Amino acid sequence: MVEMINGAVDVEFQGVTKRFGDIRAVDNIDLEVSSGAFVSLLGPSGCGKTTSLRLIAGFEQPSAGDVRIGGASVVGVPPYKRPINMVFQNYSLFPHFTVADNIGFGLRQLKPRLSKSEITARVGEMLELVRLQGFEERRTWELSGGQQQRVALARALINRPTVLLLDEPLAALDRKLRQDMQIELQTLQRDVGITFVLVTHDQEEALSMSDTIYLMNEGRIIQMGGARDLYDEPINRYVADFVGKTNFFDGEVAEIKPNGAAIRLANGRVLYGRNPRGGVPLNRNAGGAIAVRPELIHIVKANGSACLTTDVQTTARVKNRIFLGEQTEYLVMAEGFGDILVLASKHAETVSGGFSPGDVVSIGWEDSSALALENTSKGDHSTAVPVPK
Amino acid sequence: MRLYAAAVYLFLYGPIALIVLFSFNAGRHAASFECCATSWYSLTFNNTFLIEALLNSLLIAGTTAVLATIMGTMASLALQRVKGVLRLVFDALTYIAIIIPGIVIGIATLVALVTVFDILNPLIAKLWPSDGNAMALGLGYGSVIAAHTLFTMALVIIIVRARIQGMDRSLIEASADLYATPWATFRQVTFPQIFPAVMSGFLLSFTFSFDDFIIAFFVAGPKTTLPIYVFASIRRGITPETNVIATTVLAVSLTLLITAQFLLRSRAPKAGGKG
Repeated sequence: MVEMINGAVDVEFQGVTKRFGDIRAVDNIDLEVSSGAFVSLLGPSGCGKTTSLRLIAGFEQPSAGDVRIGGASVVGVPPYKRPINMVFQNYSLFPHFTVADNIGFGLRQLKPRLSKSEITARVGEMLELVRLQGFEERRTWELSGGQQQRVALARALINRPTVLLLDEPLAALDRKLRQDMQIELQTLQRDVGITFVLVTHDQEEALSMSDTIYLMNEGRIIQMGGARDLYDEPINRYVADFVGKTNFFDGEVAEIKPNGAAIRLANGRVLYGRNPRGGVPLNRNAGGAIAVRPELIHIVKANGSACLTTDVQTTARVKNRIFLGEQTEYLVMAEGFGDILVLASKHAETVSGGFSPGDVVSIGWEDSSALALENTSKGDHSTAVPVPK
Repeated sequence: MRLYAAAVYLFLYGPIALIVLFSFNAGRHAASFECCATSWYSLTFNNTFLIEALLNSLLIAGTTAVLATIMGTMASLALQRVKGVLRLVFDALTYIAIIIPGIVIGIATLVALVTVFDILNPLIAKLWPSDGNAMALGLGYGSVIAAHTLFTMALVIIIVRARIQGMDRSLIEASADLYATPWATFRQVTFPQIFPAVMSGFLLSFTFSFDDFIIAFFVAGPKTTLPIYVFASIRRGITPETNVIATTVLAVSLTLLITAQFLLRSRAPKAGGKG
């Protein structure tokens, strides 16, 4: 059913707002999901991502703006008339049906009716696709979480929808299974060529699976882009904080440079950071922060044989060490900087021999690894601000 | 403590056990027991007056149960969407219908029906003049069924609504998402989910209607239901026949009640279990 026209848009929001009483769950959002894409709506709970998904599915109608599917407005169109299927957060499998009857449910609703043999054949295909052959007559509540999840996927995909919506589909699975399902979902999406819209609060999930991520907060879209864009070029402090881990050094903007800014910390030290792509340049004498990812900070033994040649250098004392397997996370305390998170790769650990709490170390980073961001941002979520009306 | 409990249970169930035992009496008198015969059973079930009363009771209970179940289920589905003060009013009215003593329902229904009939019957007579009073409204099956349906419907509403509230709402959304129209969703998802509650509502309505004496006594008019028959026959003295009727009614009621309980408890496991 889906035609892979380059540039074709499957879902479009034009200035969509959804109010529940005084609360704007979704606040004047524009978005475009192109055909065949894997798009994630990412954000903390209450950011409006699920409401956006429900607006696409038709469970909610917009208070203002236009929701378009395949180019046509679907405002007022009930869910059962939309060429869209959803994988629900708790799967919502019908407990009184077998696995096969659950998967065939959508096909049985079609008019004109499909023949029994065709439905059986297509259910069989789907069971094969999600590797559940032989489970036809099982009851859904007899299945494990991962199996239920695959039934829910099959039940939605069998209808060959224009868009498949996934509402936190992996939240109920344990870590190992979740990672397997992430790969499975990605492969599946490429194989069937159906547009996927995923809602998740798990940034790792969004980063690893999707082509495009909409990072949302308080009903608005804060930043849209690929995984690398969000991780490497966060346009403000909120994004940098939400996506991955980041060290922030707060201060005042001391100097505006062509591609960045210099920020003076409380201890008088001046740090340089570049502007993120698509970010707003800082104003002189305003507050600002330098953001550095923990894995971009080098850590070596102080006064040891290995010397740091980085733009920024300081000594610090190791406060805590967490072994993460492929990496080791250090929390170090540097005079004038405060606590700094440093991620050392396995390779670096082998070279340095690792550090213990109490050790004095040298840490440092290149100016090009640092970003100059606004000190605070509208997307700041650390304090629960009521949504402005 | 145990002794007290035993005494209470003995007091509660002793007489009932005795009635069951005495229904197998071989003698002629209700007060003295001679073991053991089913002769009173055959005698009882050959009593045409009794059988007529039994059939009346079955007809009334069956119709009441069907009407109460259909209307009660529809009402509970509709009430789901009613919110706020209106909902409170409906809830209160539902509970009141159950709380009100049978004697009040009996008298109230009788007075109301007689008043309405007095107004309507002359009208009907004028509109369709006929010899005799063939068209006139009167007390009978209809009035008993109406009165019974009134309060058993409230019972069905409460039972079915509890089930609806326990139902996973996202199942309905899932169904709508999978192209099922609202009616198709009701048929394929909602109804199968609430079916046990509907069934147990039906059985309870049947039992309540079948056992009811007070309301029927007021509004049955010339019709005799089984409890009314028993009441009348007791006034002529208790015979082993009475014991037989009591035992039979007990057996039927208990079977229905246990079935209803069983249905209510057999909940389909919820979807979305973690594995």
